[in-house]
Amino acid sequence: MSWTFFHKLGSPKWFYEISGKLLPWLALASVLLLAIGVVWGLFYAPEDYQQGNSFRIIYIHVPAAILAQSCYMMLAVAGIVGLVWRMKLADVALQCAAPIGAWMTFVALITGSIWGKPTWGTYWEWDARLTSMLILLFLYFGIIALRMAISNRDTAAKATAVMAIVGVVNIPIIKYSVDWWNTLHQPATFTMTEKPAMPPEMWLPLLVMVIAFYGLFALNLLLRMRLEVLRREYKARWVREILEKSS
Amino acid sequence: MRQMIWLLLKREWQLTWRRPGDLLNPLIFFAMVITLFPLAVGPEPQLLQRMASGIIWVAALLATLLSLDGLFRSDFEDGSLEQWVLSPHPLTLLVLVKVLHHWLMCGLLLVLLAPVLGLMLALPWSVMPTLCLTLLLGTAVLSLLGAIGAALTVGLKGSGSMLLALLILPLYIPVLILGTGAMDAALQGLPVLGYLLWLGCLALLALSLAPLAIAAGLRIGVSE
Repeated sequence: MSWTFFHKLGSPKWFYEISGKLLPWLALASVLLLAIGVVWGLFYAPEDYQQGNSFRIIYIHVPAAILAQSCYMMLAVAGIVGLVWRMKLADVALQCAAPIGAWMTFVALITGSIWGKPTWGTYWEWDARLTSMLILLFLYFGIIALRMAISNRDTAAKATAVMAIVGVVNIPIIKYSVDWWNTLHQPATFTMTEKPAMPPEMWLPLLVMVIAFYGLFALNLLLRMRLEVLRREYKARWVREILEKSS
Repeated sequence: MRQMIWLLLKREWQLTWRRPGDLLNPLIFFAMVITLFPLAVGPEPQLLQRMASGIIWVAALLATLLSLDGLFRSDFEDGSLEQWVLSPHPLTLLVLVKVLHHWLMCGLLLVLLAPVLGLMLALPWSVMPTLCLTLLLGTAVLSLLGAIGAALTVGLKGSGSMLLALLILPLYIPVLILGTGAMDAALQGLPVLGYLLWLGCLALLALSLAPLAIAAGLRIGVSE
């Protein structure tokens, strides 16, 4: 197998061209999926027999939560690629994905607490999953703060890469310990209403929404990365040509 | 190699005794934070006993974190860190010795002070061995994990200590949960061996992996 494609990935110019061709298709697909998922989930999916219509927030909450977790994995992978192969684009990806991941975690927490009010009767419960998400948000904040604190770009890239990898090693330990803590201090006031396995009319729109969120994430990431690449390479000739063409 | 480790420990030891105040500061901080809690929540022994393990653990965590802030700073400023990076000995081993010394100077003293403060928080004598053992294992993890943050923030001017706390506190959560869990079990007369084994597990994991991250962080800081 030839590795040229892998090294090409490291070239900002190549990335800019390819991502430019990819963008319209990605935008079309993710907006279409999002529209289908929202209409299907919010209007056509059947009501939950216990929670009524309030369960429909699941179509925002679950995709955001899934994305928040996989985005951190992506940060760590980008960190490893950046440290091992010294690929500058990996650092661009890490830097651009961290705020999106933090936002997704925030959205998952907010929708979770809005959902919690009608179902559990409280906005915040020290439930294991809620607590883990809150800690994940703090981990994102740490990475963003470290990036902002270091002025030298190369140093910041390496430091955040190391921090992302350290975080990923720790996430399972944190998750496991928080689960355990929750079973020790189990609050007896509520148990999440045991739902029967979801019928397909409910989980199919959820699946569509998850894919749509991934699409939107990729779209957002590519847009941010393209901007960052232009910002970093503004001295290169190909960037000037693009800028002259557009102005 | 053995001679090098010995020399390094001796150097750290001498540096510490040149300024014994640095040794006492985390301890005083530890005692002061613990004093604040009875003043804030009230002096009822039952309430204090219920909260004691949490208070002691949070205070120990913060004291370790604050003492770690300057771990590599003076070495960075006087250039000895660059010599470490250039030396033929593995950097991971050098930082391990440094962190070991920090743990001996900070963690061990916290462990010795903790029973006294525990008594003031109305903890019974029967749980003191558990308190000391969990703190002994836990502070080792705290020192090792915190040193990663100290290494990553070594070259920063200004708000390094706040950033260190932001980076490292989320990683301290498992130690806090296990430590306080062991204390709660001991207070209820339940066996604590499981918690201690888990803490030992975390300590071994940190001992084997953290030096790699610390060394990587220091290389980044020095290369700037």
